[in-house]
Amino acid sequence: MIKKKLTMLGLAGLLALVTGTATAGSALRVGVEGAYPPFSWKEADGTLKGFDIDMAMEVCKRLNRECVLVEQEWDGMIPALLAKKFDTIIASMSITEERKKKIDFTIKYYNTPAKLVAKKDAGFEGTAAGLNGKRLGVQRATTHQCSAEKLYPGAELVLYGTQEEVWQDLAAGRLDAQLSDSLQAYEGFLALDAGKGFDFLGDAIDDIECQGVGAGFAVRKEDSALRDALSQVILDIRGDGTYKAMNDQYFAVDIYGN
Amino acid sequence: MAETDRTFFEYLVYVSENHSPLDFMLIADHIDKFFYGALLTIEITVLALLIGGLMAIPLAIARAYRHRWLNAPIFGFTYFFRGTPLLVQTYLVYYGLAQFDFVRESFLWDPILSSPWWCALITFSLNTAGYTTEFLRGAIENTAKGEIEAARACGMSPTRVMRRIILPSAFRRALPAYSNEVIFMLHSSVVLSTITLQDILGVGRWLNGRYYLAYEGFITAMLFYMVLVFLISKAFRLWENRWLKHLKSHNPAAPVPERA
Repeated sequence: MIKKKLTMLGLAGLLALVTGTATAGSALRVGVEGAYPPFSWKEADGTLKGFDIDMAMEVCKRLNRECVLVEQEWDGMIPALLAKKFDTIIASMSITEERKKKIDFTIKYYNTPAKLVAKKDAGFEGTAAGLNGKRLGVQRATTHQCSAEKLYPGAELVLYGTQEEVWQDLAAGRLDAQLSDSLQAYEGFLALDAGKGFDFLGDAIDDIECQGVGAGFAVRKEDSALRDALSQVILDIRGDGTYKAMNDQYFAVDIYGN
Repeated sequence: MAETDRTFFEYLVYVSENHSPLDFMLIADHIDKFFYGALLTIEITVLALLIGGLMAIPLAIARAYRHRWLNAPIFGFTYFFRGTPLLVQTYLVYYGLAQFDFVRESFLWDPILSSPWWCALITFSLNTAGYTTEFLRGAIENTAKGEIEAARACGMSPTRVMRRIILPSAFRRALPAYSNEVIFMLHSSVVLSTITLQDILGVGRWLNGRYYLAYEGFITAMLFYMVLVFLISKAFRLWENRWLKHLKSHNPAAPVPERA
């Protein structure tokens, strides 16, 4: 039974691939990552779960189209969209000017701000003056590297390959502070044992140039009709309370932002 | 702006931004960072080679003469450092040790083990000591018996034989192998960038992370490493010509024999 369903799904996907064009009723192929909890992750049995996945399913339902989730590694996401491996990306991708040179975005569907994290009684302010001469950790090649260099020019920037390494060195006392996504900071560090004694330092940083305006769904530039339809769906989901229900399943706070 | 209105410099900027596969102006803007990176790479590589090399001399002697108690532990030490990747060793020292509270509370933490610079220097020194010990041991063992017998016959004490006869000739014979070790050490020093240090590769990775331009950062880093390796091999060639002169052909026109 399950096998049959899978075959059907595969056939539908193949059909979508052959016919190519996105007509109403045909399957919507959505690129997802599956490695960014709590937004998307993979269960042991291979099923995809998370806020982004729920969002994709809801979008397909409202567009009256079948959903085909296509897993894709993060660094190949935009090339795969351009190569028409899928029609849209729903994978917590920040809307930035750099990316807009190649692809197009819907309106944001969430926006979690970046914040500094430091020891509870850090003894300095989360400002350019406060961080002067302090060791500030960030993950390399993120929007946070861009912000850290711009906002805290006097800080000693310490670059890491992964966010995990940033947390390790912050906990070990090798860093005075770090800058990252506030939601990931909470879920991945502050709420855990390792993060005891640490807290956010100051408010969310204000840097649209580096951080973008939140995460959106990405589409190819020529698919403006799909882009507008998806943007409308986001507004509808946000407006009728569905968003809150989905949000509350994963998060204690509203992640939509202002 | 018409072509003729430009200064030569503006023309260069224009070509770099619009027609060149590489953004040379971006590299030029940050070239000072690469030079600082090169200084760090050279600093740690040279210090590690110095410390590791000095450590290797007594270790190699103990190994060559199969010292009753020291031989086995030294072999264990060299086996460990030659048998595992330098990256893993560095991670163990930098991230591994930091995990334990007693290490973080010990007197060693604040000036030494909390600093990536010291962690790298310690690991690199031990690593190169492991390699150098083994090939120096080989060179010591291969000293011609006749040289030692002659020295003994002249009335030299064993220590003096070691100092005046065995070690100098062992150093000479180990020189070609050592030039490889120096170049390997330089190549391995890219590990520095994985523990947050801004060495040559670290600067290349910074550039890539900041501007999403991989070629610019990594090609520049590659050129820096190439120049350094060129200088190292040149220096060793000079030393070999000087210290291994006896291996040269007596025909002045003949080229210096290539090393194996």
